Amino acid sequence: MEVIWQGMVEAGRLLATLDADVIHITLRTLQVSVTATLISILIGIPAGTALALTNFWGRNFVVSVVNFGMGLPPVVVGLITWLLLARYGPLGALSLLYTPTAIVIAQAIIASPIVAGFSLAALQSVNPKLRLQILSLGANRFQYFLLLLWEARLGILAAIIAGFGGVISEVGASMMVGGNIRGYTRVLTTATVLEVSKGKFELATALSVILLVLSFFVTASLSYLQQRGRRA
Amino acid sequence: MNPVIAAHNLKVVRGGKLILRVDELAVEKGQVLAVVGPNGAGKTCLLHTLALLEPPASGTVRLFDVDAFNGNQLALRRRMALVFQEPLLLDTTVKRNITLPLRMRGISGREANARSDRWLHRFGIGSLSARSARALSGGEAQRTSLARAFAMEPEILLLDEPFTALDYPTRKSLVDELGEVLKEMNLTTVFVTHDYSEIPPLTEQVAVLFDGRIVKRGSSREIFGEDFLKKKSYAPWET
Repeated sequence: MEVIWQGMVEAGRLLATLDADVIHITLRTLQVSVTATLISILIGIPAGTALALTNFWGRNFVVSVVNFGMGLPPVVVGLITWLLLARYGPLGALSLLYTPTAIVIAQAIIASPIVAGFSLAALQSVNPKLRLQILSLGANRFQYFLLLLWEARLGILAAIIAGFGGVISEVGASMMVGGNIRGYTRVLTTATVLEVSKGKFELATALSVILLVLSFFVTASLSYLQQRGRRA
Repeated sequence: MNPVIAAHNLKVVRGGKLILRVDELAVEKGQVLAVVGPNGAGKTCLLHTLALLEPPASGTVRLFDVDAFNGNQLALRRRMALVFQEPLLLDTTVKRNITLPLRMRGISGREANARSDRWLHRFGIGSLSARSARALSGGEAQRTSLARAFAMEPEILLLDEPFTALDYPTRKSLVDELGEVLKEMNLTTVFVTHDYSEIPPLTEQVAVLFDGRIVKRGSSREIFGEDFLKKKSYAPWET
């Protein structure tokens, strides 16, 4: 308890004194996780929508793959991304390994199936007759998708919250492809692991507290949007 | 004059099973046709095909003298309105439920608002305009669904047992109101129902659908007999 209390005090001190290292790590964390979540929204929502509204040979297999992807171990994603981005890998020429972009790529791979899977479930829960009603109202294809997403918006926001939760909390992939380079690719989770390995438990706790607060504020904002939608 | 709705040799297949096989169906402009039949007769399937929501395996549907299912479904759908058994309202306010389809059909915001106010008032729910559609009772929701359909000022109205889920007093008052509105508007209408007592306030013309085929067509007296209103359980396909 003593360590946790001291960690909370340390977190307050680091934030109050605007510790340059901590501010940088926090902003980097926010930058990579929000970017990865946005990319996963761009991939996951259309993919989930397409799966929910189409029928094709092998669809069930694709749905199984998406559902399997929702539980991808971050360390495996990290390894695959590392192999892709490594100097001798297929994308090695891009020189992205050990950059924030590499973390964004790995996190987007983690979050996209989560967003796609939840979006698929949300859209499939919309009454199929409502789909016909929307068409009969005279909706074109774009209006049709827009109205369906509106009807499924609570589930879609849950998908985004889950996607963000998946990336803000992962450490394995960020460590492997980011390299935890101070002032460049260090994020709150990798910094926490490093401080624990150095035996600096108060600082590790402080970083964890900051991570929790950050995660809470982003998730709470999305939840506010979601619940406001419920009352509309 | 050619009929507004014409179907010829229509066959609809679902899951490898022939659901509908209508040789001929024609509905003239301004005519209201009631379609009756037992569960599974293909009534809803017929309505969905006429609403261009379900393509036929073979045969033709002609609406407004134009062959449908030629990539012109959207344009034709925008000249029709379909009311389902359930109100199927969007999760927004009552007013936006009326104005959104109008906006989708290219009607100006001002005109959409005016039509919304007019039709909500016409169906006695003007005061519910700002209420969430989720907070409506069954009767209020179905009134909203009807107001939405009429606000679109369709040239064809398709009604799929719109009163089934309602209690008797609500059903009766809505049928009477609908009958008045249909007479006023001279609207070409196909009306699917289980409850034959709903037919007289709306129309004289009845088609009987059984096992996917139209087995009888004529006036309600020809189909049901002079005293059909007294026979609540009469099943015209059992002759």
